[in-house]
Amino acid sequence: MNHSLLFRALLICVPLAIGGCGQDSGTDTGTSTGNQSNAEGVIVDVSDPNAQFVPVLSYRTGAYAPNGTPVANGFTDYLKLINARDGGINGVKISFEECETGYSTSRSIECYERLKGQGPTGAAVFNPMSTGATFAITEKAPVDKIPLITMGYGRSESRNGGVFPWNFPIYGTYWTAADILITHLGNINGGLNNLKGKKIALVYHDSPFGKEPIPLLEKRASMLGFELLSIPVTHPGVEQKSAWTMIRKEQPDYVLLWGWGVMNSTAIKEATGVRYPRDQMYGIWWAGSEPDVRPAAADAVGYQAISMVSSGQAQVHKDILSYLYDKGLGSGEREGVGEVLYNVAIINAALVVESIRTAQSKYGDKPLTGEEVRWGIENLDITEETIEKLGLTGYMYPLSLSCSDHEGKRAARLHRWNGESWEYSTDWITADDSVIQPMVRSASDTYAKEAGIPTNACDS
Amino acid sequence: MGFFVEVLISGLMAGVLYSLVALGFVLIFKASGVFNFAQGAMVLFAALTFVRLLDILKDTFAPITLALIITIAMMIMLAIAIERLVLRPLVNQPGISLFMATLGVAYFLDGFGQTLWGSDIYTLDIGIPKGSIFIFESIFEGGVLVAKEDLVATVIAGVLVVTLAIFFQKTRIGRALRAVADDHQAAQSIGIPLNYIWVIVWTVAGLVALVAGVIWGSKLGVQFSLSLIALKALPVLILGGFESVLGAVIGGLIIGSGEKLAEIYLGPYVGGGIEYWFAYMLALGFLMFRPQGLFGEVHIDRV
Repeated sequence: MNHSLLFRALLICVPLAIGGCGQDSGTDTGTSTGNQSNAEGVIVDVSDPNAQFVPVLSYRTGAYAPNGTPVANGFTDYLKLINARDGGINGVKISFEECETGYSTSRSIECYERLKGQGPTGAAVFNPMSTGATFAITEKAPVDKIPLITMGYGRSESRNGGVFPWNFPIYGTYWTAADILITHLGNINGGLNNLKGKKIALVYHDSPFGKEPIPLLEKRASMLGFELLSIPVTHPGVEQKSAWTMIRKEQPDYVLLWGWGVMNSTAIKEATGVRYPRDQMYGIWWAGSEPDVRPAAADAVGYQAISMVSSGQAQVHKDILSYLYDKGLGSGEREGVGEVLYNVAIINAALVVESIRTAQSKYGDKPLTGEEVRWGIENLDITEETIEKLGLTGYMYPLSLSCSDHEGKRAARLHRWNGESWEYSTDWITADDSVIQPMVRSASDTYAKEAGIPTNACDS
Repeated sequence: MGFFVEVLISGLMAGVLYSLVALGFVLIFKASGVFNFAQGAMVLFAALTFVRLLDILKDTFAPITLALIITIAMMIMLAIAIERLVLRPLVNQPGISLFMATLGVAYFLDGFGQTLWGSDIYTLDIGIPKGSIFIFESIFEGGVLVAKEDLVATVIAGVLVVTLAIFFQKTRIGRALRAVADDHQAAQSIGIPLNYIWVIVWTVAGLVALVAGVIWGSKLGVQFSLSLIALKALPVLILGGFESVLGAVIGGLIIGSGEKLAEIYLGPYVGGGIEYWFAYMLALGFLMFRPQGLFGEVHIDRV
């Protein structure tokens, strides 16, 4: 066979196009699943004129499927539970449709465009489930008047509702998470000032998600006098030998792991290979779930990660099992109910539902538009009483949002993998907002200037 | 100096693993002139089948052996199916048509494997030793740290390479495979059964994929990203030549060590994260001077 230079050049271009574009990889499914049958009023058709439509961007295939699947299961199970147990939100049933993104930004946008107009009033709220997708959809949301809930991800400065009225990074941004981790390192060293002279490595997914904490860590490094080593890992993170050889050479005091998907378990294995102590490694909350540690097995014992919520089962899980799984209506495997990412998704879905409920208190018990739901999110007030009613006692913290603060609360705990399960290893740690707030203001002002948008949306 | 050697050795060992995946490509290209873009998907499919069968058969008397036998049987069936449904209708068609067909096979296998076996991460433990050891302690201060499983993988890959080289050079079937690669029609005219040969070569490629999948799977856990490992084999092929088993090995070593050294020593100056594209740039550099690759055959066509 005569293979030409052109053919070889093609072989260079194709894989670079497939694999070299960060998270733009994965399988080419792009299908939607979900509302195919009506199961006892639990699954409601999207065309139902009396139902509130909630789009679900998910990734059950591709490189990030092991992490994306429990998130999708938890989110959809909670929506189904509201229909099955409560008959909807104040009687308004929820219809939803999943769209497979493969954790690809371009496919996420396709899904956004396809789903934004579905249902009687369009999409109530989008949860992009990806920082890269959030960056892209942030430009579209104000035009379409659909709010974005980005729980624990997205643009850190988007908590400033004056500039980002449609973004809601509830439950913590990456700047918050990074500051909590630094605060924790200060705590175990007898005070933040004792971090002076220490060496902290950030091993990060080379994507908008992984790069997000760098500005905060750089600021903290200059304030506290520690040395920051930033080591990128290329998507999807299966090849990290260079990164960990570097770590073996530099011998940092701590490693912060900002990974997602297979990158996390690979990092723990590589850390074992270079004999870096796992109890000096701390992950972001997206690097602290069962799929991250199980492949590394015993090597992961002692590894800690910041946590929005850990594993376990509350009353809501019992309801999910009895109303859905006992009737064959669950989205995933029964054993997955109560795992870390499943629980994160439950809280995410609960925030969506409570936002709609809050909006109904103003606009009435009917399917609401995205603009109306935005008001509900901004006026969300989750109290201990609410949490108890939701069956999430001990799994969720009280929070309230305002126009100027779309984040709510800036606190988290750390949890440690003991070889069998995750268990909390610290009490609540609060980020220092005197460090974060000026960064938020500066970054959001810059964004507003570049985008030509006002910074005073809260004044009106 | 010790650190440099450590980076070099880790790169060489990574390179051997890339070679293992690249061998699957070489086998099929050498025997049928088809660039099989589905090789990565075959690695994933084989490893997924093996690990899931291992779980299903865990209570039997010999789970690993049984899972291995059934997986091999499935790879043979897959080879037959590909020959019947994809290759046979495309006999004597241009190479680019066959290449595009293998793209389709790749997407099908990616989806089919995950539908059949699931898309979770599955832990695979077949007894490959874990942990790391220090070598060259008397030469370099502090020694050179290497992972035991990388050493085992290197030995397995080495044995496989030697076996395949003997298979191609010394056996009748091996020579028939090479004849088919040179010219389908000519090979058929002298009585070489084309379809039979293709089934054999896709089966062997499937077995190589199984070995690669099991080794990578025991390192990373068996999950979708295994199929992306194939992308690491492409610069190896471009550099080493599509028809050469030796080229795949040498190419793998050059790419593996080159990308690791580049990441460590050049990366910090350009923001890091360069090893993925550096491998392609290295291959591109070679392509400028040897379009056929280091060990590829030079084709001179009469026009």
